[in-house]
Amino acid sequence: MLKDISQISEQAFLIDFGPDINIELNQYVLAFSNYIFEEMKNNNRLGIKNCVPSYNKILIQFEPQLNNKIQLKNFILSIVKKDTKFIAKRKTIEILVCYDDEFALDIKDVSNQTKLNKEDIINLHLSTDFYVYMIGFMPGLPFMGDLNDKLSVPRKLSPRVHVPSGSIGIVDKLCVIYPNDSPGGWNIIGRSPQIMFNKKEINPTLVKSGDLVKFKSISKKKYNELKMTYEKK
Amino acid sequence: MKKNNFKVLRGGIHSTFQDDGYDYAQHLGISTGGVADQDSFKLANKIVNNELNCPVLEFSIQGPHLKLQKGKCRFVITGNVMFNVIQEKKIIKGVPNHSYILNEGDVLDILATIKSNYGYLAVEGGFSIEKYRDCASTLTQSKLGPNRGGKISEGQFINFNLNGSNVNSSLKNHLFNFNDNIIRVLKGPQMNYFMQKIIKDFFAKPFIISNMTNRMGIRLEGNSIYSIKSHNIASEGIIKGSIQVPGDGNPIILMADHPSIGGYPKIATVILADIPKLAQLPFNSKIFFNEISLSDAEKIFKEKTELTKTLFKEIKYC
Repeated sequence: MLKDISQISEQAFLIDFGPDINIELNQYVLAFSNYIFEEMKNNNRLGIKNCVPSYNKILIQFEPQLNNKIQLKNFILSIVKKDTKFIAKRKTIEILVCYDDEFALDIKDVSNQTKLNKEDIINLHLSTDFYVYMIGFMPGLPFMGDLNDKLSVPRKLSPRVHVPSGSIGIVDKLCVIYPNDSPGGWNIIGRSPQIMFNKKEINPTLVKSGDLVKFKSISKKKYNELKMTYEKK
Repeated sequence: MKKNNFKVLRGGIHSTFQDDGYDYAQHLGISTGGVADQDSFKLANKIVNNELNCPVLEFSIQGPHLKLQKGKCRFVITGNVMFNVIQEKKIIKGVPNHSYILNEGDVLDILATIKSNYGYLAVEGGFSIEKYRDCASTLTQSKLGPNRGGKISEGQFINFNLNGSNVNSSLKNHLFNFNDNIIRVLKGPQMNYFMQKIIKDFFAKPFIISNMTNRMGIRLEGNSIYSIKSHNIASEGIIKGSIQVPGDGNPIILMADHPSIGGYPKIATVILADIPKLAQLPFNSKIFFNEISLSDAEKIFKEKTELTKTLFKEIKYC
C-alpha cells in the first residue's frame, strides 16, 4: 500500500499511501506509524523529531544534523515487511452533545441545504459510528467520518471569526470538535461540554486516531451542569 | 519567591519564551513552535555560555522593559535591536551581541527591532520557567508552554537561575544578513498543482510581505497564483518553510507556530538555511524565490553549520 517516500526538505519525508481516503487505508497508515512511534520511544537513534499520520500520508520530521537519511529511509521501507494489521487498542468513546439552538449555530443552514429537518439531522448524526482518521490542526481536534451522504454540506463560504470551544462541525463526510475557541469554516450543529485536550495528562487528547466515537444527546441543563464540573477540573 | 528575578515594567508587543520547539507532539495537533530566528537564538545562548537550546525571551518590534529586582544578571541581546541599559540613572546605549552585567535596581529597556522583526534576550544560566512536554516554547494560540502559554505582561516577574558571572563576552563586527531578499526554495509536494506558466511567474515576479504576518505564517501579496487542479487537498502533515497556496491565490509561508496539518497545495519549501533571514524581513519587503536542488540545500545546510562554528570561535571575553 506504500506508494512513495519523498524527501520534501532537508528535514522531512512524506510517505504516500495513494490517493484513496477510507477507513481501511487509514488503519494501515496508523499501524505503519505505530512502528515509527515505537522507534521514537525506544531511544530514537534515528533522530526522528515528529511523525504525523493523516488520512493517507505520514510526515516524518528528522534531525538533519545527524546525516542519516539513508538509514531512516531504510527503516521506513523495513516497516512494509512487518505485520501492519491494525492492532492498536481501539477504544469507543462516548461524546456528549447538546443540539440546542443556542449551540447549533448553523443547523438551520444545514437544514436548508440538505432539506432535512432538525430532528433528522440530529438522528443521522447520533446514529453514525464515527471513526477518528486523525488528530490535528489544533491540539486535540479529531477529524471523524464518515457522515451519511444525506448530511453532506460544503464548508461555509465565509468562515466564522469565533467558533466557541466544544463546537461540533460538519463538512462533506467529516465531523470535527473544536477543542478551543477558534476561527473556523465548519457548519456547527451542536456543542459538547467535554475537554478535548487536557495538557495535564500524559496522553492529553480525549480521543486518538483510530478510535471510534459515538455521540449522545444531552439537554441544555445537563450541558451547563457538566460544563461547570469540567471547568473546575 | 525565587532569588533572582526581573519585574516586567512593559511586556512589549509580543514577548514570549522560546527554545528549539516541540518534538513528538505534532501528531497530537501541537505546533512545533520555537524561535523564529534560529541563528540569533543560538548566538545569544553561545555568548552567555549557555547550552544552545536554552530558553530565551523572544520579542518582536517593541521589546520588554525590565527591572532587575533581585540578584545579579549577565545578559545579551541578539538581533538588530535598539536598547538601553539604565544603571544608577545613567543611560547606556546597548550594543547587540555584547553581554552586560546588571545589578539590583538596574533597568533594561528594549526599545525596538531595527528593520527586522525579532530580537532575543538570553541570560547566563537561563530563565527559570516551567516547561511543557520538556520544551520551553510558548504557543500563544493553543495557550501551551511557559508563562501559561501567554506573552509576558506588565507587572509579572521573570525568574532566572544563576547570578551572572563578572566577565563580559562579545562578538564584534557581526553584520546582519537581514536584508537579503532572495529566498531559496525546493519543489513543494504539490508543485504539479500549478501550470508551468504560473510556476515561472512564481519565480520571476516579486512578492510583498503582508502586515498580516505573524509567528504562524508569512502572508504574501502582489503576485497571486492559482492552481489548475484545486486549492484543497486531503489534509496532511506540514512543516515550517512550506509555501501553501489557498484559494485567494496569496501564498502563506508556514512559520514556527503553523498548524500541525494543512489542506492547501504547497508549491515550494523554503530551505532551512534561509528561514531565519526570511523571518526577519519586515512587512512590505519585496522578496524573490529561487529554486535549488535538494542536494544543494543539504550542502548549504552543512556549510552553514560549519560557518556557525567558525562564528562562535570569534566570541571574545573582555
